[in-house]
Amino acid sequence: MSQPNPSLMRGARGGSKKLLLGDEAIALGAIHAGLSGVYAYPGTPSTEITEFIQANAIAKERGVHSRWCTNEKTAMEAALGMSYAGKRALVCMKHVGMNVCADAFVNSAITGVKGGLIVLAADDPSMHSSQNEQDSRFYAKFALVPCLEPSNQQEAYDMMAYGFDLSERLGEPIVMRIVTRLAHSRAAVEVGEPKVENSLAPATDAWVLLPGIARRKYTALLEKQQAMLQASEESSFNKVETFASKTGIVACGIAYNYVKEAIGNDANLVKVSQYPLPEEKIKALAAKCDELLVIEDGQPVVEELVKGLLGAGYPVKGRLTGDLPRTGELTPDCVAKALGKATGAVFAPAKNMAARPPQLCQGCGHRDVYAALNQVLADYPEHRVFGDIGCYTLGALPPFQSLSSCVDMGASITMAKGAADAGLFPAVAVIGDSTFTHSGMTGLLDAVNDKSNITVIISDNLTTGMTGGQDSAGTNKFEAICLGLGVEPEHVRVVVPLPKNMPEITQVIREEIEYRGVSVIIPRRECIQTFARHAKAKKQ
Amino acid sequence: MKKDIILCGVGGQGILSIATIIGEAATKAGLYLKQAEVHGMSQRGGDVQSNLRLSTDPIWSDLIAEAGADLIISMEPMESMRYLSYLSKEGKIVTSSKPFINIPNYPEEEALQKELATLPSVKLDIETVAKDCGNPRGANMVLLGMAAPFIGILSVESLREAIATVFARKGEQVVEANLKAFDAGVNANL
Repeated sequence: MSQPNPSLMRGARGGSKKLLLGDEAIALGAIHAGLSGVYAYPGTPSTEITEFIQANAIAKERGVHSRWCTNEKTAMEAALGMSYAGKRALVCMKHVGMNVCADAFVNSAITGVKGGLIVLAADDPSMHSSQNEQDSRFYAKFALVPCLEPSNQQEAYDMMAYGFDLSERLGEPIVMRIVTRLAHSRAAVEVGEPKVENSLAPATDAWVLLPGIARRKYTALLEKQQAMLQASEESSFNKVETFASKTGIVACGIAYNYVKEAIGNDANLVKVSQYPLPEEKIKALAAKCDELLVIEDGQPVVEELVKGLLGAGYPVKGRLTGDLPRTGELTPDCVAKALGKATGAVFAPAKNMAARPPQLCQGCGHRDVYAALNQVLADYPEHRVFGDIGCYTLGALPPFQSLSSCVDMGASITMAKGAADAGLFPAVAVIGDSTFTHSGMTGLLDAVNDKSNITVIISDNLTTGMTGGQDSAGTNKFEAICLGLGVEPEHVRVVVPLPKNMPEITQVIREEIEYRGVSVIIPRRECIQTFARHAKAKKQ
Repeated sequence: MKKDIILCGVGGQGILSIATIIGEAATKAGLYLKQAEVHGMSQRGGDVQSNLRLSTDPIWSDLIAEAGADLIISMEPMESMRYLSYLSKEGKIVTSSKPFINIPNYPEEEALQKELATLPSVKLDIETVAKDCGNPRGANMVLLGMAAPFIGILSVESLREAIATVFARKGEQVVEANLKAFDAGVNANL
């Protein structure tokens, strides 16, 4: 049994096979497609793409840009600049990162691109590690650009070369939308040979979106829609499968796998992995069947489009009709049920069971910050603590239960400011170091200019902890940043969050709450995960 | 032939290393494989699981269906029962017997062990066995050894070879220590 099966070690196309996460397949696909730069901010489930490129030998040898960016907007803009210069660039982010870079992204469709540009958005239906389950396919449609949605790791790899070519042919950015179960699932992928990078060849047309030029460019974008649609109709990633069934199935991305798992080849089906929606294929399917069942991970994007395409008289089922759950990721079970397949008998749930939510690590500095904060704020019953995105969001859960809000990157400072403007006192913001440079700095400037009565805690663990310890853009610069933004020097306080320092930390917090203006407290101690890793590396 | 395995435990207990070793053995044996992992927030001391699917035929879904798992391999007894609805009626639970208590409302242990005994399960105090082998950090290898005879689609020997390959870059000593822990799990003969 331990003899390798040669047909599996080498793929049908003669390439070698590698066991890769979906994220890794995307990264390697991009490198092999002649990538010159990846621009990204860490975010689950997209982080491993950039990490793979950072560690890859070919990328290193070629000097492919892979350093982390401050946020998704700076990433998107830098990638657009690289595309302007004629080279291939990849932007990676989790789905909510699309909101951060939306201005740059939507307008990149108006400027168009020169070198191929792929905008990779990793959606997180079921919110495994996210605050919502927004569907990035909406963004592609909104910006009027094509979207690729791989169904497996092999397609994820193959789509990178295809996507860069398509981007350069259309002169438009391409969105690639993946979901957690593809990003973080491993399978064998047949890989090819690396292509050379594009040479430097900057755009010669004006990318100046003054109204006169923008109107012309917008018209040009609209004129490309037919070519985008045709590319979808002809795409080998959009497949038709025929079987004598009354219900036709539209299976998008990884939904296709669950359909195949449940009913094999016994379905009249259109697999959708490239958008705009291949309308002719859907219409042909509808003509062959009595009704359509749309199966898609995320929000009912295609279900609504298909309803519009076929008109009110044609029955279309999916998440909106309750045939599939309205929320959460697809599972083999909910898809099998929607297809009318009975599932096997299951064991009853265990009686001796308790939820085990994630929690801050033992010895983590954020713990000491919350312990001190809770101790001081016990004397201020009207207080509110506005939280932010990172490991320290877990301070909302027992045993600390310190936070009243967590909305988006940076919102701690600005929400505290708004609440303070309304008269709330004390208004405290807790934000991590990486989140502060991502989106907190501008809000702090607003607060300084308004002399808002807020206390900002930048809990600095010298890394981007939640996503596994990536470099943090502001490390060693926080005092300088705060002073530069105009926070008064005597109200920028640094403490070391350790249990033995509790008297000092509580004293500092109390003083700064009592100061009627903007104060910043920076509790600074390295993340214990990265600390352990660094200690181990030193020993070896 | 196929084998669908749920690997589970608490974040930080080392289930991904078990997955890596089975994955290495499966790749070498020329099996098809899909492995859905959990990264991100829940790794911080929360419940974690990985779906590992091995087959002689192509695999579609990354996730195992309810009542579809042939095996649940767990680093923690309560966690071994969290995914019961995924266990096939013919399936088996292979688990550590020792609770990992990092929550205030952990169930009463005697009742938990009693319930576990009513299920098709085998259990072992893998941490003590690992300590007795002189490899206190090798509890996950003891567990893999315990589970090895039930994996079936891969031989015990192929898993040993995979341990040697996966840990090779950490040196001979680490390989030997992990093989010893693995063998102790196999020899527990559960």
